[in-house]
Amino acid sequence: MSHQETDKRKHGRLVWGIVFVALAMFGFGFALAPFYSLFCEITGLNGKVRTEAVDEVAYDVDVSREITIEFVTELNERMPLAFSVETPKMKIHPGQYYTVKFYGENLTDRPMLGRAIPSITPGTATAYLKKTECFCFSEQRFEPHQRREMPVRFVIDPGLPKDIKEMALSYTFFDISDTQKD
Amino acid sequence: MTEATHEEYAIHDEHFAHGHHDEHDHHGPAKGFMRWVFTTNHKDIGTLYLVTALIMFLVGGAMALVIRAELFEPGMQYVDPAFFNQMTTLHALIMVFGAVMPAFVGFANWMIPMMIGAPDMALPRMNNWSFWILPFAFTLLASTLFMEGGAPAAGWTLYPPLVLQGGAHLPFAIFSVHLLGMSSIMGAINIIVTVFNMRAPGMTLMKLPLFVWTWVITAFLLIAVMPVFAGAVTMLLTDKFFGTSFFNAAGGGDPVLYQHLFWFFGHPEVYIMILPSFGVISTIIPTFARKPLFGYSSMVYATASIGFLSFIVWAHHQYTVGMPLAGELYFTYATMLIAVPTGVKVFNWVATMWKGAMTFETPMLFAIAFVVLFTMGGFTGLMMSISPADLQYHDTYFIVAHFHYVLVPGAVFALFAGTYYWLPKWTGHMYDEKLGKLHFWLSTVSVNVLFFPQHFLGLAGMPRRIPDYAVQFAEFNAMSSVGAFIFGFSQLIFVWVVIKAIRGGEKATDEVWEGASEHGLEWTLPSPPPYHTWTTAPDIK
Ligand code: HEM
Ligand SMILES: [Cu+2]
Repeated sequence: MSHQETDKRKHGRLVWGIVFVALAMFGFGFALAPFYSLFCEITGLNGKVRTEAVDEVAYDVDVSREITIEFVTELNERMPLAFSVETPKMKIHPGQYYTVKFYGENLTDRPMLGRAIPSITPGTATAYLKKTECFCFSEQRFEPHQRREMPVRFVIDPGLPKDIKEMALSYTFFDISDTQKD
Repeated sequence: MTEATHEEYAIHDEHFAHGHHDEHDHHGPAKGFMRWVFTTNHKDIGTLYLVTALIMFLVGGAMALVIRAELFEPGMQYVDPAFFNQMTTLHALIMVFGAVMPAFVGFANWMIPMMIGAPDMALPRMNNWSFWILPFAFTLLASTLFMEGGAPAAGWTLYPPLVLQGGAHLPFAIFSVHLLGMSSIMGAINIIVTVFNMRAPGMTLMKLPLFVWTWVITAFLLIAVMPVFAGAVTMLLTDKFFGTSFFNAAGGGDPVLYQHLFWFFGHPEVYIMILPSFGVISTIIPTFARKPLFGYSSMVYATASIGFLSFIVWAHHQYTVGMPLAGELYFTYATMLIAVPTGVKVFNWVATMWKGAMTFETPMLFAIAFVVLFTMGGFTGLMMSISPADLQYHDTYFIVAHFHYVLVPGAVFALFAGTYYWLPKWTGHMYDEKLGKLHFWLSTVSVNVLFFPQHFLGLAGMPRRIPDYAVQFAEFNAMSSVGAFIFGFSQLIFVWVVIKAIRGGEKATDEVWEGASEHGLEWTLPSPPPYHTWTTAPDIK
């Protein structure tokens, strides 16, 4: 009997040790979520762009460099919005500020709440695109059949790595009307 | 309760009614169905796991035949695309969590105590729980087939956003995954505690049979990664129902995060299915080569390195998500590194056979086929580990061929080999060697007819997980489907051989295989072993 008792105690210690590891790994999985976001924000690896405005500071315009930037407009899950951009492609100089106009039109009879998520390719260019104004900084409300102009003002930091000659800025609009109702 | 009633088997149920659980009673099994419900005996629980695994293998196999029937010809014949996708998803989930994993846990329950000289598993009541969770988990999973919108159809990887767009199945599929995860973790705890605390005196760690070693390492992998998977699917659940945005881009999340979490679990998971196979093969080859295993300690270290490396290579499943160059390079090199310890193992198996006095009974035939065909799967793995090449292979039938080579003539053949090897010990009867050989040859030929053409389909660009395809893929698909049906129906021979051996047959000796008693403690016990074995620990030489 006493032999069994010590067995039980010996097992118990090991069991709780292992259970602790399992619980810690469960927590670790959740901890990876904020860690992943932070990692991507610092490295810009997933092309996720900061969604806060930066102050307009003056840069030296580097007219010797010309970069082609494309604007891509996308909708998630057939969102009923007509989403477009005035110029799909521009040639720009680093250091100079530009404004492009995007348009959104609500095609339904109901008010619509949208959220635009920007993404930049190549991911390494992410940190150099600075925006002082963008519709992606906040949720966008569209009244029924309302058509709105949404300007984006941005500059490319002249520190942009030399090998980047082309980049794309894409916006995907998500319909979040449902999530806001309740 | 008196001593006398202790000895009575028939009233065992009553023991439980009185809340009396004495695992160390020296008596045989209780009678009737309740024996199986309340059993805490490692042999009974091993049998329960193995029977469940066999049933799930047949269910998952039937789903595979639905898939292959539809793919026999181009065009849509028998099922609609939504159901086809449910079949691919359920087939994989059932084979992974229902067939291969429980079967190896069944082996572990039966064999580990007998191999290390322990009277039972360390935690018999938890053992009962970890088995009996499974039927509930599978009922939940299967019930999704009858729900609005059907079963999950996004593939066994359950990637968002696709998996979140299905019908009512999501919470059921996810709870089922939670239960399966809990069952695996409990099983793993039991194995670790048994091996660490219950070894017979003198059974040092470096004397453990390789099957036990591989299972200990597998158990550690399970404990480290099942909770991460449970966490990831919980995040799916909260994204869908509680408005969180872990994987929802609109709310600032990223679906690629799910892929990282999934494969942090998923890659070790594939090793969870193959390491015990390595153990079984390392046990069988020495017996039939009549030599000790070549390079025992290098086998232990190789298994441990594979276990470790499996944690740091996960993103080789995600070469196409847009990783930076440094990431692609790192995961390429790290993945290729796994081939080194794997190569050590294959070398050792071949060296064990080298100049051995070999005989070719069914277990050995399956073991040799394992060595050859698993290695082929390893080679295609190596091809895909090279990220620039994988951009072409990814999500084509090439990868379907790869993982079926490592899992079917890999893990499943190891299960066949182990079953034929230990069946005479378990039942006390020799199985039908003629039928066993027939099962072997039919399976080995048809498994190649089934999966080899899929390499060509993949290289030619046929995507995976589609119910219809372009006509230039017709011949190889037809060939593959023919192989599938032969393979599928050949398994009925296996079922029959097992049933036959349980019901009777030539009496097996204790040793069963000539000279086997030098290869493991289990062969010094009677066949079949009494209900309780090693109640006094054996002497270890
Ligand atoms: C030398 C060893 C191995 C290497 C280098 C290797 C490499 C790879 C790579 C690179 C992929 C991803 C292919 C893609 O999605 O494009 C893959 C997929 C896969 N491998 Fe392996 N592998 C090896 C061994 C194994 C073993 C032993 C198993 C299981 C027993 C396994 C099971 C799988 C599975 C199930 C998948 C597909 C997962 C999915 O997308 O559904 N592999 N392997
Ligand atoms: Cu992998």
